[in-house]
Amino acid sequence: MSTHTISVRLENKPGALARVSQLFSRRGYNIESLAVGPTEDSDVSRLTLRVDCSEHSLEQIEKQMHKLVNVLRVTELPADEAVERELALVTVSVPPDKRADLVALSQVAGASVADIARDAITFEIVGRPEQLEAFEELVRPYGVRELVRTGRIGLRRPSRNERT
Amino acid sequence: MTLKNRMLGSDAILRALEHEGVDVAFGIPGGAILPTYDAIARGTSVRHVLARHEQGAGHMAEGYARASGKVGVAIATSGPGATNLVTAIADAWMDSTPLVCITGQVKSSLIGTDAFQEVDITGITMPIVKHSWLVQDVEELPHVMKAAFHVARTGRQGPVLVDVAKDVQEAEFLFEYPKDVDLPGWKPPTKVHPRQIREAARAIVEAERPIIYAGGGVLNADACAELRQLVDSARLPAVVTLMGKGCLPDSHPLNYGAPGMHGSKYANWALNKADLVIAVGSRFDDRVTGKVSAFAPGAKVIHFDIDAAEVGKIRHAEIPVVGPLKIGLAQLAAEVSAVAADGAPDHGPWLRQLDDWREQFPFRYAKADGVLKPQTAVEALRDAAAALDHDVIWTTGVGQHQMWAMQYMVCDQPRSFITSGGLGTMGYGLPAAIGAKAARPDATVVCIDGDGCFQMTCQELATAALERLPVVAVVLNNGWLGMVRQWQEMFYAERFSQTHLTHAVPDYAQLAEAYGCAGFTVESEDQLEDAIAAAFSAGRTAVVDVRCDPEEKCFPMVPAGAAAVDVIEAPVEGVVA
Repeated sequence: MSTHTISVRLENKPGALARVSQLFSRRGYNIESLAVGPTEDSDVSRLTLRVDCSEHSLEQIEKQMHKLVNVLRVTELPADEAVERELALVTVSVPPDKRADLVALSQVAGASVADIARDAITFEIVGRPEQLEAFEELVRPYGVRELVRTGRIGLRRPSRNERT
Repeated sequence: MTLKNRMLGSDAILRALEHEGVDVAFGIPGGAILPTYDAIARGTSVRHVLARHEQGAGHMAEGYARASGKVGVAIATSGPGATNLVTAIADAWMDSTPLVCITGQVKSSLIGTDAFQEVDITGITMPIVKHSWLVQDVEELPHVMKAAFHVARTGRQGPVLVDVAKDVQEAEFLFEYPKDVDLPGWKPPTKVHPRQIREAARAIVEAERPIIYAGGGVLNADACAELRQLVDSARLPAVVTLMGKGCLPDSHPLNYGAPGMHGSKYANWALNKADLVIAVGSRFDDRVTGKVSAFAPGAKVIHFDIDAAEVGKIRHAEIPVVGPLKIGLAQLAAEVSAVAADGAPDHGPWLRQLDDWREQFPFRYAKADGVLKPQTAVEALRDAAAALDHDVIWTTGVGQHQMWAMQYMVCDQPRSFITSGGLGTMGYGLPAAIGAKAARPDATVVCIDGDGCFQMTCQELATAALERLPVVAVVLNNGWLGMVRQWQEMFYAERFSQTHLTHAVPDYAQLAEAYGCAGFTVESEDQLEDAIAAAFSAGRTAVVDVRCDPEEKCFPMVPAGAAAVDVIEAPVEGVVA
């Protein structure tokens, strides 16, 4: 078992996303994360899926997805050949006297302040998934009140686009 | 044809069916599909066959598709009408039967409100259709209908569903049937890679103990002649699955019949001892392979299928071949002949081995005085059919009778054996027979059924009688859910839990008469021949109630999960037939 990133170009049609997610649950594959959004073409969405499975299962997933009428293209994004990013929003509890420390720390870690209240700050951070995890560890001692991640999105590096 | 006509959505559905060459559709009207049935009343060249239950309509459409090679069409209303179709859709999905199901949906404005007879049928059927459409704009209807037929019949065939909101059926618009489909994501393979063909041909020529493992995909691809060309030119032996029965004549000397749980010992051994398995339109189903790790352990595998996802799904294929079987098999036969030109492969010793096993381990059962064995009835049907001067199409339900039909029936024509393989749908046989009769009125259509199966869909006798689609239903009535009883006897210490149906209730001959059909009861072997002859020549739908031995079990048998070589044989003592 190992974790794979799969990128899917999908027709922007009603039910298209449901068909893909249904296929995963039906065939017993576990989705770690799924991000979906528009692309350069308004008729097409792009899905980025993270799945933990064997090579054999990965091959099956790709083949089964190819059979879906709304699926235009399925490609695996190998980690070293893709740009991958994720966004997290983290609300951290912080008393006023420690606020300055936390803001300074977060700036070093590449996060920025999205909202601020008397006893809490919401940070936003965009980066590679491991950067997000590092930031989460960093602020955890202060008390993470709420956290949400988008799930990663990815594109093949243009320099590697010859290989598909 | 390309002139735009002003019409209602409901009329457009029928014009689309006509454009697609549909001559028969099966269904039942109801609230949300009323406008479309009104369009049927206004006039169409499509014959509508009125079923008594939507599941029956669905299986009729399947039987029609299997007998004709065309797309079957089933029509139902929203809610329960649509959910009643689900079993037939699942059946078509598992057996790759091309089906277009048209369901009415509540008005667009009511969708999502839990309106009367509203269900999310596109959601419910999502895992068991190739694709589905919910039509909420009448302008989309022609393109959706065109796409539905295209998707159902191309690539690996299967069911699609078109759910049409009632207001769409009632809306007026300018109709034009599109020439082309606009499906950028639907690209089934149209040719086979020549390198794959070359590799497969080389492996075939080099093999010492090759065996073709042909399945229903050969029938779906209309590739029977091409398969036969390969078998004959390279002298390749073949086993043929339940779903493939008829794709290579059963009486062909190189056809070693069905492998699997109730297949012959020689077919299972042929796969087990082979050094090359050439899977063609078959999918290594668990009912064929038994324990996968012990299946054909010494063989290299060529897996040839239109569906890339089947290749390597269960068993690794050393040589994958993906594409349409009809052109691919012809190319493979030619390539094998070319490669073999300078030294034809000699499979002589292997063929002699297979023939020895076939002689040594035939299908057999013990006859006993005064006891009517179900296998005897199947043999009597086989003999009666052989004496006819026209084609016979067999359908079956699911269970022991189905397996005996597979074992003892001789089918030399493609599309002459129609059965529920993958889903194992009890009740499939009678409605499938009615659908087959609608497709092939020239043929005698006989459903070999069990009493448990027959009771699941026997109300369709009314359809057969009133629609003048005469079929013969032969109920191998052992008074039990026979296959379940067999498992209870063999694997559950003879605790016969809820499997006894009785021979006598209902009285099938009386039931037949009540539906305006002919009914016959057979209680001993000497009554068989006359009853079958009378049923075949009744000129109307006939039911033959064959009251047979409740304790007869179906052998050989590979227990579930066991290796396919570990066959339990019939414990035959005394008289051997």
